Amino acid sequence: MFLIYCPYCEEHREEEEFHPKGQAHIARPADPEACSDKEWGDYLFFRDNPRGIHHELWVHAVGCRKFFNVTRNTVSYEILESYRVGEQPRFTAEHPEGRPVETVAAENVTAKAEVVERQEGVKA
Amino acid sequence: MQRYSGFGLAKHTLSHHENWERQWRNPTPKKQYDVIIVGGGGHGLATAYYLAKEHGITNVAVVEKGWLGGGNTARNTTIVRSNYLWDESAALYEHAMKLWEGLSQDLNYNVMFSQRGVMNLGHTLQDMRDIQRRVNANRLNGIDGEVLTPEQIQEIVPIMDCSKNARYPILGASWQPRAGVARHDAVAWGYARAADALGVDLLQNTEVTGFKIRDGRVYGVHTNRGDIEAKTVGCVAAGNSGVLAGMAGFRLPLESHPLQALVSEPLKPILDTVVMSNHVHGYISQTDKGDLVIGAGIDGYNGYGQRGSYPTVEHTLQAIVEMFPIFSRVRMNRQWGGIVDTCPDACPILSATPVKGLFFNCGWGTGGFKATPGSGHVFAWTLAKNQAHPLAAPFSIDRFHTGALVDEHGAAGVAH
Ligand SMILES: Cc1cc2nc3c(=O)[nH]c(=O)nc-3n(C[C@H](O)[C@H](O)[C@H](O)COP(=O)(O)OP(=O)(O)OC[C@H]3O[C@@H](n4cnc5c(N)ncnc54)[C@H](O)[C@@H]3O)c2cc1C
Ligand SMILES: [Zn+2]
Repeated sequence: MFLIYCPYCEEHREEEEFHPKGQAHIARPADPEACSDKEWGDYLFFRDNPRGIHHELWVHAVGCRKFFNVTRNTVSYEILESYRVGEQPRFTAEHPEGRPVETVAAENVTAKAEVVERQEGVKA
Repeated sequence: MQRYSGFGLAKHTLSHHENWERQWRNPTPKKQYDVIIVGGGGHGLATAYYLAKEHGITNVAVVEKGWLGGGNTARNTTIVRSNYLWDESAALYEHAMKLWEGLSQDLNYNVMFSQRGVMNLGHTLQDMRDIQRRVNANRLNGIDGEVLTPEQIQEIVPIMDCSKNARYPILGASWQPRAGVARHDAVAWGYARAADALGVDLLQNTEVTGFKIRDGRVYGVHTNRGDIEAKTVGCVAAGNSGVLAGMAGFRLPLESHPLQALVSEPLKPILDTVVMSNHVHGYISQTDKGDLVIGAGIDGYNGYGQRGSYPTVEHTLQAIVEMFPIFSRVRMNRQWGGIVDTCPDACPILSATPVKGLFFNCGWGTGGFKATPGSGHVFAWTLAKNQAHPLAAPFSIDRFHTGALVDEHGAAGVAH
């Protein structure tokens, strides 16, 4: 049984409250109409399936019902971190011991600023 | 090869069964083969056997990182049926079914294929519509099938709760009388022994760690026991297929998930058929030894851990007890998991790849045991002729880019 930390509820809860939703960080093609069959097929059907560190989307189905990301080892099943949608992972295949917290925090601040900018763009 | 027979059994009792020949050799890898099969599960061993038997290609190695049949082949719940919805998959699984029907004789090995019938229950109106559609499709394809009423079900399985008061009342079922179960490890051993007798080298404890590729063409594999060369390589590695594809430099549309099963303590004969329910999600049969064999659903997350999560076991047992209240106090003996390679359209991949000479047979996910003879048969043809067997052609990896999926999701009753 996993104990999963929900970054929105800020609590560890039992696996039963959550559903796994597949690979995280999949970007929808910006212009789907312009995709080749190859690009569109890759986007729809091809997923990372590593032995080792994997970034995945989970939903706190019977909790706050929010989606968030988890970094988990698919062999040992160890959960290395949970982080909000829009944020970047600390633990990656290249950095299994974790990148410095400050680097990740700085990235996330920039990412947030970009999102706000895009949303304001939409309003205008 | 020493042939097995009743007479032989009697003869060996005279020497207290101490002089049985080993079932296969344990050869040292040669430098070169005509064909290398990666993965010594049922599908890989069957492929090697049919390569030797049907195509006269006997200079073949099966390279297995663990022991023969130690993957999903000897971890499954052994259900064999062919009542798939779509023409492409029905043809493939029915091809396997016909081979199952003569397999023990063909291999001179008792695979204990028992055609005790498989029942897929319907608990909702939509289930029943899907069942009717599937049974009709099966009959048009010449595959046996019937739609049963709750009364008929009760007659076949008196211990099942078919009352209207059940939480999920049983409204009917599809029934394939020719379906059933087989002893899974005997299938691996039978193919291994027969392939070995025809000259195939079975290399256990030999792990493929990379491919030798030059100018887009494969010419061998790296292993922990040195390099082995061959111009044709067929990978039949189930849950680890994606890892192997990565070594060859391309991706497969597969995700590896744990799938688990459990068996009870042995009981006196009580259930003489196979019952599956997609809706409450559980399936059950009883072995000749008396254990109840119970299968669960996959764990939703990716994993290579060959074990399953407890919530999944709990849900499965809830479903079984819902259908069979009489089993509520049966004790479970063992529980284990296998790693299944699920494909987006719940159909296998039998295909050439971007690397010339390198073929993959994978994506059987939660339901490939039943296909073992057919899969090996058409894959051997494909490797021997360097061209997709007509039954394999619709299962090319191209379909994920052309869009010609064979969408068996849900259509096939239950995953296994
Ligand atoms: C719990 C469970 C229940 C199931 N129930 C059913 C059922 O009732 N009916 C049904 O039809 N199907 C069922 N299945 C599915 C079925 O078991 C599989 O689809 C089928 O057995 C796959 O056979 P295979 O030979 O392709 O794979 P496997 O038997 O898994 O063989 C693959 C082999 O490849 C080897 N390998 C992997 N990587 C390497 C490498 N790098 N080098 C060398 N060797 C390697 C592995 O060690 C393994 O032995 C079930 C599966 C599970 C796990
Ligand atoms: Zn939450």
